[in-house]
Amino acid sequence: MKEKLKKFRFTRKAFAYPYMLFLLIFVVTPLVLILANAFIYDGKFSFKNFAIFFTEKSSLVVLGNSILVGLLTTIICIVVGYPAAYFLARYSASKIFVLLFILPMWVNFLIRTLATKAIFVSLNVPLGMGTVVFGMVYNYLPFMILPLHTVLSSIDKNYIEAAEDLGADRFQVFTKTILPLSLPGILSGITMVFIPTISTFAISQLLSDSTVFLFGDSIQMKFDQGLYGVGSVMSLVMIIIVLISNFVLNRFSKTNTVSGGRTLW
Amino acid sequence: MANNIIEIKDVTKEYDGKTVVRNESISIKHGEFVTLLGPSGCGKTTTLRMIAGFEKPTSGRIYFDGEDITDLPPHKRPVNTVFQKYALFPHLNVFNNIAFGLKLKTIPDGTTYTDKKGRTFDNMRKYTKAEIAEKVNHALKMVDLEDYGHRDVNSLSGGQQQRVAIARAIVNEPKLLLLDEPLGALDLKMRKDMQIELMDMHKRLGITFVYVTHDQEEALTMSDTIVVMRDGEVQQIGTPRKIYDEPANAFVADFIGESNIVSGIMIDDYKCSFIGTEFECVDKGFKPNEPVDIIVRPEDIYITKGKNAEKGQLTATVTSCVFKGDHYDILCDANGNELQIVENTECNVGEEIGIFIPKEEIHIMHKSRIINEYETEMQEDGVVKMCEADFKTQSTLPAGTKVKVSVPFNKIDVTDDEADGTVGADVVSSIYKGSYYQVILRTDYDYDFFVDTEDEWLKGDRVGINIKPEDIIVEAL
Repeated sequence: MKEKLKKFRFTRKAFAYPYMLFLLIFVVTPLVLILANAFIYDGKFSFKNFAIFFTEKSSLVVLGNSILVGLLTTIICIVVGYPAAYFLARYSASKIFVLLFILPMWVNFLIRTLATKAIFVSLNVPLGMGTVVFGMVYNYLPFMILPLHTVLSSIDKNYIEAAEDLGADRFQVFTKTILPLSLPGILSGITMVFIPTISTFAISQLLSDSTVFLFGDSIQMKFDQGLYGVGSVMSLVMIIIVLISNFVLNRFSKTNTVSGGRTLW
Repeated sequence: MANNIIEIKDVTKEYDGKTVVRNESISIKHGEFVTLLGPSGCGKTTTLRMIAGFEKPTSGRIYFDGEDITDLPPHKRPVNTVFQKYALFPHLNVFNNIAFGLKLKTIPDGTTYTDKKGRTFDNMRKYTKAEIAEKVNHALKMVDLEDYGHRDVNSLSGGQQQRVAIARAIVNEPKLLLLDEPLGALDLKMRKDMQIELMDMHKRLGITFVYVTHDQEEALTMSDTIVVMRDGEVQQIGTPRKIYDEPANAFVADFIGESNIVSGIMIDDYKCSFIGTEFECVDKGFKPNEPVDIIVRPEDIYITKGKNAEKGQLTATVTSCVFKGDHYDILCDANGNELQIVENTECNVGEEIGIFIPKEEIHIMHKSRIINEYETEMQEDGVVKMCEADFKTQSTLPAGTKVKVSVPFNKIDVTDDEADGTVGADVVSSIYKGSYYQVILRTDYDYDFFVDTEDEWLKGDRVGINIKPEDIIVEAL
């Protein structure tokens, strides 16, 4: 009896069990299923699924398109988001502005996207690649601004003064201190924008009336058509792309450990 | 003027209506080691930042080599700063931190060109990589960090970071080096070493140093000239010797070194009286019987013991004697006044000693104020308004009369709780004067009450002020 009691002791670790269970059922199991599915064709072990995917020209084009859209979205987000984050941090007079930037994140992204589509339609803007990229930027911009804002507002004013003192004008202060010091924020921003955009499917479907086809869309379609094997292969490719970009970004930020290796997100 | 590298003229700096530096005028000579000394919040760092260009004076001008630089941005000033927290760039290694300024600098390349109007200009060029490397390595050598160029600045100790910060500033060969409490973050031993190194560097480089510190010992050790500041005002400018020996007022005396500050009376030229005894002194020019502050350094008091005790100018009873390694710190009671004495011989508590003070060591200063005065208007029923608060008096003057209200220092009651007082105030200064504390209480209406009290009040505390009606002297103007 005594031993049993000991076994079931309610330790702090126990609080983590429900989520562990969740992870096991909804994350690990599907991953295993995908891995298994990718190697099953006609109920037998085979590499045929891979052969189908890598010989099908259209799916490779879709993959290329997705990466292109992802890159484009990320670049636009940096170009638009950096100045925004910079001025928010510099003139932090109003928290309301920060709130305005985050506010859209609290609205479900499907509703946001549908609303964007309605606006485009009413303005007679032709739906296509342009509107898809716009929708992506609109949806993911806050994820770029937030880490940048965090980093930029935590930069010690002393560094800026030190640079000025050493002869840097305003532009040089920016390029030689602020920009390199905000690199961790840029990297987190890229991670938060690029990786989700290449796998999104609803935005492209809604904002292009299903004329622009991205990788996420085609994975979804393969599963809809019951082609689990090829769908799984594509998912694997997706996962590998995510892992590679994560690895590259991590490597990059490791060589640039700024402000004591602080990590964001 | 030509001799001065920096000339600060009537500079005032206000933040949000609060004056942090008031009517400041300081001249700094070429090659001098000048220290701005004062307690925190006295305006010394603001002064330094105005010289560096990070702050603009609200009024007044700053000249550099006779040239008005008041509106020049920091990057155009031939001045470099060593910051309090070093501010080394974390994304650059030691070498690149030091090279930062050099990489931005342009120098004449020896050739010239003439523009359409016939004016001749030097062609400018950047330093070459080799030149930068040579200069950086030379600077690293100066601060004894020769092999540290490739190191990450975060991997360095506080003292090493300090050296890098100094190297980063001096590598640009500024005409003026500003140092903002550079040793504040170091431990005592390291601080002492760095003090000597900085003095040595000052001598070798021959550039002007402006050094900010709140550590009076550091200031006395290192400087050619000390500027003592308090509440945004310059109290005294002079050599360390002069400031120590002849403090301009009770604040300077209290802030620099240990001192006995007592109230006394200047009976006549060369004759004063304090702690119930008449002394000869070397000062003159005071009004007969003028109340004055008298300052005597603890090491300037001589004692006689045993049978000779009676031979002193007065006798005192020892109340405490503490061994301090190279001397004894003696406290004694002389006619109700506490005197601190530094002596080489041990005394016993309760022992009678004779006290002798040479006339050259008695420093006499005008009192900054001998009574609290306030100009206001009579209200109904003998009430006067001071600092927006109503004080009852025994005056029968009609309402509306312009009056001068006077309150002696020792007639003011200070209460612990602001709510118990007629008006609230902050304790801004507390100086022990032998048998009582002289406390300065600043109300929210920028009026200072001087109070003599037996209790010690801590600087920064919030207190209340009460005055009995019979203690308020009202005179019609």
